Amino acid sequence: MSKPYLRPYQKPQKLSDYPLGTASEAGYLVTKNSGWRNERPIITDECINCLQCYLYCPDGVIFKTESGLDIDYDFCKGCGICERICPKQAIKMEVETND
Amino acid sequence: MRNQITAKTITDSEFFYGHKACAGCGGSLAVRIALKVLGEGAISVLPAGCMSAVGFNYPHLCFSNNSIISTFAGTASMLTGVEAGARAVGIKNFKAVGLAGDGGTADIGIQALSGAIDRNDDILYICYDNEAYMNTGIQKSGLTPFGAKTTTTPSGENIHGNLRPKKNLFEIVAAHDIPYAATASIGNLKDFMNKIEKASKIKGTAYIHVVAPCPIGWGIPVNETIEISQKMMDCGLWYLAEYENGQFKLNRNPSEFSSIKDYLLSQSRFKHLEDADIKILAAQRDAKWTTIRKNWNTAEEDL
Repeated sequence: MSKPYLRPYQKPQKLSDYPLGTASEAGYLVTKNSGWRNERPIITDECINCLQCYLYCPDGVIFKTESGLDIDYDFCKGCGICERICPKQAIKMEVETND
Repeated sequence: MRNQITAKTITDSEFFYGHKACAGCGGSLAVRIALKVLGEGAISVLPAGCMSAVGFNYPHLCFSNNSIISTFAGTASMLTGVEAGARAVGIKNFKAVGLAGDGGTADIGIQALSGAIDRNDDILYICYDNEAYMNTGIQKSGLTPFGAKTTTTPSGENIHGNLRPKKNLFEIVAAHDIPYAATASIGNLKDFMNKIEKASKIKGTAYIHVVAPCPIGWGIPVNETIEISQKMMDCGLWYLAEYENGQFKLNRNPSEFSSIKDYLLSQSRFKHLEDADIKILAAQRDAKWTTIRKNWNTAEEDL
């Protein structure tokens, strides 16, 4: 499995640090989207691993693990599509506390 | 029966990740799923539009396959060049794929698309249709449906939103006698995934038109993007179909339609519609389905 991931990035300090063009390495992420969220989805024990939330997530942040599914909260925007698509109501939306 | 792509069999890898699309964005789901089916060999071309705006924020680059932004009008012509170029330098196992919105396809990019189909270039063109120019703030496109309120088709006492019906781009494309064209919706990803898989194997031009609602532009809660796509198909305002070997085929033929009024009035872009307007839309729908059922192959088969 591979996907774009966070890399270190330092803002240009002087003119010569600026790139000559906007082309760059594919899948190069420098900022998280977690601050967009008002609610966070929590996958509960009711999950039957049907993978519908994984499939329908617009951001692709639900991923398979050895024991089931987990969520990449760095990039989840809290839209709640996973909660609505779940046939077992196994995903609960909780108010984001940002901690 | 062919091996179908499902949530279990599709690759775990993500090729469109960390993007800045609004929460609940339908277009980003269409692009994400398309690239998961096509894999790392996809070379994607995106014109001006939401998906290029949210995917390329230098140095934050959300595509992990090779991707490039084209001119607004030139998605299909750049695909032609990408395909020829990749072939010329000996790259194997690639697929040049265009990911353009409804405005970039049905209005601004239609000439380039028509030309590419005419040349029968070996490319896949995917139009994600959110029924208006959402990236610039919800202006009417050629694919905005009758009655929809946008900033350029306002609703007031005299005019109730868009005056013109949605352009039938699927049949416009099919009229080129393209090797493969299909309609799809993010409300049915199984159908969409397998159409992409099928289209990727086509020699020549393939076109997929996928409805991908925009919660902001349609005026729905961000968690209802999938449900509204399903309602749109259930009430008959969208249909799943294919064009192949000169024949139209309906993939799903509902025995009865759900309420068109429920579908429309659950979105703020249609809130102003009166019963007379809704009757016009229902009559357009019924006329379309009569023609489809009369002329198309309606035996529901596997893709």
